Amino acid sequence: MNPTFKIVFTFVICSALINHIAAQSESMTIIKGGTYIPLYGIDSTTVTVNSFLMDVYPVTNRDYLIFVEKFPRWNRSNVKRLFADENYLINWERKDAFGNRLLPNTPVTNVSWFAAKKYCDCLGKRLPTVDEWEYAAMADEISPDAREKKSYNQHILEWYETPKSFKNTIGSTFVNYWGVSDLHGLVWEWTFDFNSVLISGESRKDVDKDSNLFCGSAAVGATDLMNYAAFMRYAFRGSIDANYTGNSLGFRCVKNIEIE
Amino acid sequence: MKVRLMFKTIVFISSFILLFISCDEKQKQDAAEIIEKNTSISELSIYNLPSTWTTQNNKSIELKELQGDVLVMVMIYTSCKAACPRLVADMRSIEASIPEEKKTNVSFVLISIDPETDTPARLKKFAIENNMDTEKWLFLRGSETDTREFAAVLAVNYKKISPMDFSHSNIISVFNQKGELVHQKEGLGVNNAETVDKIIELAH
Repeated sequence: MNPTFKIVFTFVICSALINHIAAQSESMTIIKGGTYIPLYGIDSTTVTVNSFLMDVYPVTNRDYLIFVEKFPRWNRSNVKRLFADENYLINWERKDAFGNRLLPNTPVTNVSWFAAKKYCDCLGKRLPTVDEWEYAAMADEISPDAREKKSYNQHILEWYETPKSFKNTIGSTFVNYWGVSDLHGLVWEWTFDFNSVLISGESRKDVDKDSNLFCGSAAVGATDLMNYAAFMRYAFRGSIDANYTGNSLGFRCVKNIEIE
Repeated sequence: MKVRLMFKTIVFISSFILLFISCDEKQKQDAAEIIEKNTSISELSIYNLPSTWTTQNNKSIELKELQGDVLVMVMIYTSCKAACPRLVADMRSIEASIPEEKKTNVSFVLISIDPETDTPARLKKFAIENNMDTEKWLFLRGSETDTREFAAVLAVNYKKISPMDFSHSNIISVFNQKGELVHQKEGLGVNNAETVDKIIELAH
């Protein structure tokens, strides 16, 4: 197909999608930028995160259905294996309907990184970076950085032990300091640069920079539970491929704040 | 209240109009997709990626233009002082081990993970400095997103750790003529015999 046409089609379809999910795109909230020290950086250097907009809720099955209807190439039958493994949307009843097995307002899961990225692209949004996600997610209800609070960490770790929380509806966990809901407690979420995590192990031999992430030093020797919960997330990100889909992994989008 | 209701109705109707427009477009797109499906690109082929790249000669290129060649690919950045020179040396040693008669359909591709710094001019300079400025060698830079996406396909992980440095996986990948990943070798200065054998086996 002529590339110009392709662009035009994509534009037309995307703008229609933007209209349809207008309600959803409205529910974004500002995360005010700042600096933080991630679980592991180089020599505990601080990372600066610019202000950005984040979806209040993870993308739901209802939202995702609209996307699949607009982009049949992203339905279960058409999606290419390069972009999503065989478990893509496996819990949906049909290729074009999630049916009665799932509630419309539960987070969509069994979506790959490619699919999540495409979805956000189409709304003029993008996936959050690991740093943006972690920065927004270190807040509890009342403070922007609750990582040293026992209650905050306990909540996350309890969730890690809870099976099938992806079946819960959006908004069923807590709304954090920024007004973002469900960062912890429903599903794990894709990040744009999930493949920036370098773990040394059977498949990754880059031991130089990130050896403190692997095995002992970060997790077990950690000063408190805070590192353990975050370690789980980093380890998980480092262990998956971009076409991986799983029933506890969903996503949400973010957007840059336009400077006028 | 009434005004709001009316407004809602208008929004509702207009969204239907949009829906129709988009359905129309959707059909056209589906038709195009059916045509696309009839070509020989398999589901796992990297030629499904729509990204456009720039070469060291400042030429715009789509990955699928490489279809038909065996591709040997690696992701590097030119300001890299540690691992990349060795990865590049590995690539050159692989290239040198392929018999001339087999080389016609083999391309050696180096993709920058630092597109901001690695301009075409810089890639060109790097190619010349490393005696890799022949048509066998292709240096590519793309957008940050396309680069991240391509790394995801190659299972190459990388992270910017300072303005000048990246930490990254050292993986050389071999793709067959259809763009399917057939072989990967990870590590620096590792024995490349297997990789060389694979390329020779694939190239006619």
